[in-house]
Amino acid sequence: MSDIRQSWYEAGARERIAALVDSGSFAEFVGPERRETSPHLGIFDLPAQFDDGIVVGSATLDGTPILVAAQEGRFMGGAFGEVHGAKLTGLLRAAKALGRDVVIAFDTGGVRLQEANAGEIAIAEIMRAVVEARIAGVRVVGLIGGRAGCYGGGGLIAGCCSTLIVSEQGRISVTGPEVIETNMGVEEFDSRDRALVWRTMGGKHRTLIGGADVFVDDDAAAFRDAARAALAQSARPLSVRSAYPHSFALSEVEGLGSIDGASTSLSTNGGGSIDGASTSLSTNGGGSIGGASTSLSTNGGGSIDGASTAPSTNGSGERPGLDLDTLAAEQARLERRIARFGDAADATDIWQALGIDDPKAVPDMPATAFATLAAQYRESADDAR
Amino acid sequence: MEILHFDIAAPTPAGGTRAMALVGVVASGNLEVLVERSDTPDRCAIEISTAAHGFRDLWDAVVADFVGRRAAGGLRIAINDGGARPDTVSLRLAQGVRMIEEPEA
Amino acid sequence: MTPVEILASLFPSGHSVSAEGDLLFGQGTLPGGTVVHVVGATARAPIGIDQAIRLSGAVLEIARSDDATPILFLVDSASQRMSRRDELLGLSEYLAHLAKSLLVAEARGHRTIGLLYGGSAAGAFIATALACGTLVALPGAHPEVMDLASMARVTKLPIDVLEAKAKTTPVFAPGLDNLVSVGGIAAVWNADESLADQLQALLARPRDGDDRAALGEKRGGRPKSARIAGEVAAAAQA
Repeated sequence: MSDIRQSWYEAGARERIAALVDSGSFAEFVGPERRETSPHLGIFDLPAQFDDGIVVGSATLDGTPILVAAQEGRFMGGAFGEVHGAKLTGLLRAAKALGRDVVIAFDTGGVRLQEANAGEIAIAEIMRAVVEARIAGVRVVGLIGGRAGCYGGGGLIAGCCSTLIVSEQGRISVTGPEVIETNMGVEEFDSRDRALVWRTMGGKHRTLIGGADVFVDDDAAAFRDAARAALAQSARPLSVRSAYPHSFALSEVEGLGSIDGASTSLSTNGGGSIDGASTSLSTNGGGSIGGASTSLSTNGGGSIDGASTAPSTNGSGERPGLDLDTLAAEQARLERRIARFGDAADATDIWQALGIDDPKAVPDMPATAFATLAAQYRESADDAR
Repeated sequence: MEILHFDIAAPTPAGGTRAMALVGVVASGNLEVLVERSDTPDRCAIEISTAAHGFRDLWDAVVADFVGRRAAGGLRIAINDGGARPDTVSLRLAQGVRMIEEPEA
Repeated sequence: MTPVEILASLFPSGHSVSAEGDLLFGQGTLPGGTVVHVVGATARAPIGIDQAIRLSGAVLEIARSDDATPILFLVDSASQRMSRRDELLGLSEYLAHLAKSLLVAEARGHRTIGLLYGGSAAGAFIATALACGTLVALPGAHPEVMDLASMARVTKLPIDVLEAKAKTTPVFAPGLDNLVSVGGIAAVWNADESLADQLQALLARPRDGDDRAALGEKRGGRPKSARIAGEVAAAAQA
């Protein structure tokens, strides 16, 4: 145990898994020793990575078996190539067969353009596998707070998950800022305006409009606690959720990964992703507030009471999953969003319309204060995702 | 890609019982090092795959220095290189050996 | 082929499909008597939140029925709409919701068939054609995940180098043949024969799981997907 706070944003895929699951419980499938590298990067004279930028396997979380995947955002921007995608597809198919919940740590710019066609189909296969697992009652929890964000097809996969847990750094979008600017002009989107990027695509905005369910600080232990709570819910999201105490459960996590610490965005022709934002963002905003508990309750009433979540797995093993009712509710939720906010020019207009008195203060708000604010004003996606 | 092979005498065998260790990632200026056991305890085999062509002499020096200073006997090391500087390579190799010698969880 | 020609060949005795902007909605009856719902994204238009929510609404309406009526999705789109407004309002959710609607409709017994007769790209392709249980194309369709000019910008490789590389592998370059090769498109229909016959033949064959990786392996475009996915799934269940 340690009280040292570990940044989720800075951590690598393997460090994230180590921070998430019970110590020593992780068993990797088709690991790096298998050398199942991309068969396509060599065409571009680009170096492969032994795990193709994703780590998948089984583990326990508080003793409960789960399946877990983590993308490595530093390799090719975490982009989906053939092998990378196939590993996640296989994991999700096993989840359906086993009835076992899945946690996915996203960190991706989208499709890996050097193998774009393979990556595109892989994303379609993954989305199908997520939906089929959810229909069977499996929970698929997405964690988003990495360097590469969650862009392109990664954003679409995230949109298929049961629950999304984000930090401020967790940008979710289809088209990345640079790609919008390149295609539509700087008047449409100035990708160098970082504040604009964050308030349009960042974790706070996504939480406020219901695009993400749980907001946490940039802290591996906070992600772990939120994932644990999400998994304790029934497969269909509950309309009321409780907050949960934060337990600083950093164990053997060790920073072998980034010696240089610098955000080594791939600026050479290794630049990975089609639709993603390939710029590396410097973390300043969501900063360090001492690792306080910032997981937020999504019940409309907004009390973060620190009560532990009551697991609602019923004894019969019956776990209602994604169905027509869920999607009908999501349809209504997304229609309502356009009706309410469709004319908004900027995120701050939406936040104001939600009832937030001083929307301009939101970007600089520390995570705890934001969590309290969001719990009161945000659009909830409960039962509608 | 340029593939380089080294197989050199390494008098000090690596300790520990872990079967493998992986450190680093393939990114600009970075590299990944996969360390595994071989059945020749007095040799260290290193295979490097790099997009930066023409640096064999530099790799030769880094590898010789590594094997001279670390307990690298009986190791089989595979490297995917994203154009790392020699000091980064040395650091990763040292991390890799340290990790494979760690007690098993 | 144009949508009018396609619908005429599919439903020789007439149909009720009509346009709403660049979208299509309606139904037709195949010569054998099978009723088919039709939705469409046409005219190479981008798919933004407004288009996606209209399409998903129609699909969910069909999915509500237990009659197992097939859904035919005609696709000739651009990519997803690239705009600040669409991303501000959460385009990823809208596109994912459209895909989920198609997948849940299929799980409820409605066959979903994508018919790619023009373009489609990136997120729009994933949320429409690629979310269908079976995807077929007509000759001349031109799917592209990313155009070579943009790819040249990102990879910093000259476009003629990319074009040369594209001749050696189907894995990255745009085009129907390449998407067929990686298993994304099950079959290319014959435009000179009755589309109704070809659809009826397709519907007569039961669909059994996601076979795209197996097709990609057989056709050589994706040598590893099927095996890797299978090995991971097997390891997880060992």
